[in-house]
Amino acid sequence: MTYVPPIRDINFVLDHVADVDDLLTRPPFTDVDRETLDFMIEEVGRFMAEVIAPTNVDGDKIGATWSVGDDGYGRVTVPESFTSAYKQFVASGFGAVPFDPEFGGGGFPWIAAIAIQELMTSANMAFALCPLLTQGAIDAIHHHGTDDQKALYLPKMLTGEWTGTMNLTEPHAGSDVGALTSKAEPVGDGSFKISGQKIFITFGEHEMAENIIHLVLARTPGSPPGTKGISMFLVPKYLANEDGSPGQRNDVSCVSIEHKLGIHGSPTCVLAFGENDGAIGWPLGDEGAGMRNMFTMMNNARLSVGLQGLALTERAYQQALGYAQERVQGTAVGAEKGAKSPIIDHANVRRMLMTQRSWIDAMRCLLYENAAALDRTVGGGDDAEAQQEWADLLIPLSKGLCTDVVNEMTSLAIQIHGGMGFVEETGVAQYYRDARIAAIYEGTNGIQAADLVGRKLPMRGGAVVLEKLDAAAALAAELTGVAPLGDFGPRLTEATAAARRATEWLLEHGMTNPNNALAGSTPYLRMLGVVICGSLLGTLAKATLDADDDADFLAAKQASARFFGEQILPTVGALEAQVTAGADLLFALSAEQLA
Amino acid sequence: MKVVVCVKQIPDPADPGALDPETKTLKRDMKLILDESDSYGVEMALQLVDAAGEGEVTLVSMAPNNERSGLSTALAMGAASATLVSDPALQGSDSLTTAKVLAAAIKDQSPDLVIAGSESSDGYTGTVPEQIAGVLDLPSVTAAKSITVDGSSIKVQRQTDAGHDDVECPMPCVVSVTAGVVEPRYPSFKGIMAAKSKPVDEKTAADLGFDADAVGWAGAGQEIVDVAEAPQREAGEIVEDDGEAYTRIVGFLEELKII
Repeated sequence: MTYVPPIRDINFVLDHVADVDDLLTRPPFTDVDRETLDFMIEEVGRFMAEVIAPTNVDGDKIGATWSVGDDGYGRVTVPESFTSAYKQFVASGFGAVPFDPEFGGGGFPWIAAIAIQELMTSANMAFALCPLLTQGAIDAIHHHGTDDQKALYLPKMLTGEWTGTMNLTEPHAGSDVGALTSKAEPVGDGSFKISGQKIFITFGEHEMAENIIHLVLARTPGSPPGTKGISMFLVPKYLANEDGSPGQRNDVSCVSIEHKLGIHGSPTCVLAFGENDGAIGWPLGDEGAGMRNMFTMMNNARLSVGLQGLALTERAYQQALGYAQERVQGTAVGAEKGAKSPIIDHANVRRMLMTQRSWIDAMRCLLYENAAALDRTVGGGDDAEAQQEWADLLIPLSKGLCTDVVNEMTSLAIQIHGGMGFVEETGVAQYYRDARIAAIYEGTNGIQAADLVGRKLPMRGGAVVLEKLDAAAALAAELTGVAPLGDFGPRLTEATAAARRATEWLLEHGMTNPNNALAGSTPYLRMLGVVICGSLLGTLAKATLDADDDADFLAAKQASARFFGEQILPTVGALEAQVTAGADLLFALSAEQLA
Repeated sequence: MKVVVCVKQIPDPADPGALDPETKTLKRDMKLILDESDSYGVEMALQLVDAAGEGEVTLVSMAPNNERSGLSTALAMGAASATLVSDPALQGSDSLTTAKVLAAAIKDQSPDLVIAGSESSDGYTGTVPEQIAGVLDLPSVTAAKSITVDGSSIKVQRQTDAGHDDVECPMPCVVSVTAGVVEPRYPSFKGIMAAKSKPVDEKTAADLGFDADAVGWAGAGQEIVDVAEAPQREAGEIVEDDGEAYTRIVGFLEELKII
């Protein structure tokens, strides 16, 4: 199935929601001009559609395979089409766009990287995970590395010639990273011998790149238990020679890869460090600061996973739409008697398509606004603190909401295909399977909900959330009575009021009994996420009223926003009851009684 | 080695354009992209200059509204500069006028080689490269699938129905390139960043020495008298295989003179 990059939709959100023109007047982005940004996004779209998208089915059908190499280390082979596409990706240089020009980067704002990632992930999510993890490792080295480490690793990682991994999880340390037991013993020359086993390491082994830089969390001798005793180490697959080229093989072996529901093209590795003569690693950042330092990249990583929700919804929608236009079944209301209608003419199919389309617009607003807020914190402008609060509030919504929604939307894409959707040959099932992981990794959506009520809602005693709800209410009043938007304004007013009541309930009852807040946290994330999406779509819809653009395009944006207002915003009414029910009923049955 | 590549900027074929009922020509007032059939010429030119180890690729294009989006793509691929001829007076130019205008823009540059696509993907007249050669009084080679430089001449493999002809031609000359014969590179991030500072020389018809009434609708030696919808494809014939259907297939292929 071909992929058509939604360049125009991305541009519209960049213009009217994220306000990129404003962003580019702020340091350090003043050297980036809008025309070049637009041109780049367009060329990236073409590259992803023509070079990366055709490899998506290979990733699923052939997948990554494991074997033992001649050197005795575990070997991972990805589909041949991945290797050649990756080579072209390196040649493109698109991996370097948002990074420091000192190391070969483009110095573009993060939102540019988000646009690239959206296009790449829609094209092939499994493939896109490799550059995504590399990006996280680049960020970590850039923030916490010594000058020598930066000079040695960053230039090669920015081009993608070397890739990066993040090694946190161990068999007994998943969401509770503090439980990890991997060890780092000092050798005496500044380096450490790393030993232990890490699981769920994305692209932990492959041969697309000439070196892999593993960032590993481990404990030094005598370190305190829990997260305070964790340090971060840089462990390359091949140790660098004097001239920086990859030399001796380090003692890191991929001992197996997982057999997964989806993203088959992305090898999920079990890595064994130091099983033979010891894996050499160097500290990255201060001893004991590993966990805190890993969290510097967390906002970006969670935003990127949220983006996978949008990207797969977009791809699945494109395929479902194509099918609905071609598949002829039954006679639609209003069709000539006896004539067979394409299923797109049936109201129920339309409902599914409109729901997908409307969520695509909503998610794109949320994610790109989140990226823009992160970018606005960088230059330290007057509003940097407010932007940081906004970005921090948006992160659990971007990650949690978009990755929940993608499960529903890729499921609808299968539904639109009917029985053929359940058959693998159609290809639409792959998006559903690939999407499923996004709600789990990078902090499960339960963790996101806990983060929302436990850390984000309490910011300034709840004022950050309440101020945003006030702004949404003001926008709702402004859009009430605006004819092309139907009942968007009144529905946003009601939804905002419901979210305010739920927020106030949590602020009051969550403080006395944290389990009350946690019990309602998942429906609250959905509720606040839907309302914030509604308000951002309100901003988008407002812009359509006087934007200088193609009339059909603007009308489609209005219809999509209106659908969200009239059909999706009202669902928050039901969520209010869930949020404010408290924890008692969840624990009414004992663990034994649940058996 | 100096190579000029003629590139056309056309409406995005993925976003089907409409005909202007007044002029019976394609509406071209939107953003235009590099014609894919020209991207092969750009790639071939870049490879030739790479192989020569010196020289540069420059572009010439004629487009409405000073449109340069398609030129940007070719510049980001690696061309050094471009000449863009844009003038309301040129609207409605036929292929011969187009060739004269492009020839005038090329002439000043004294290239060793001029490369063009065999035909554009929006107009399909397929005559402009040869007309340019005629106007400039240069030899012309058509339907090239590969070009190699050999001293002061080029060796061309010229696509034919049966295979290819080997052709030699002295430089300077004009060569039209068959679509799909090379893999056009994608612009890299570095190429995209470099493209914005590459010179694009904008010229009007008058700059190139043309009177307004000698070009465009006024100067066209042809007129589009009518346009009609393409006929619907007719339903195919279904042959039930009773064990002898192959004879029908053989007969059908013979009828088409394929076998």
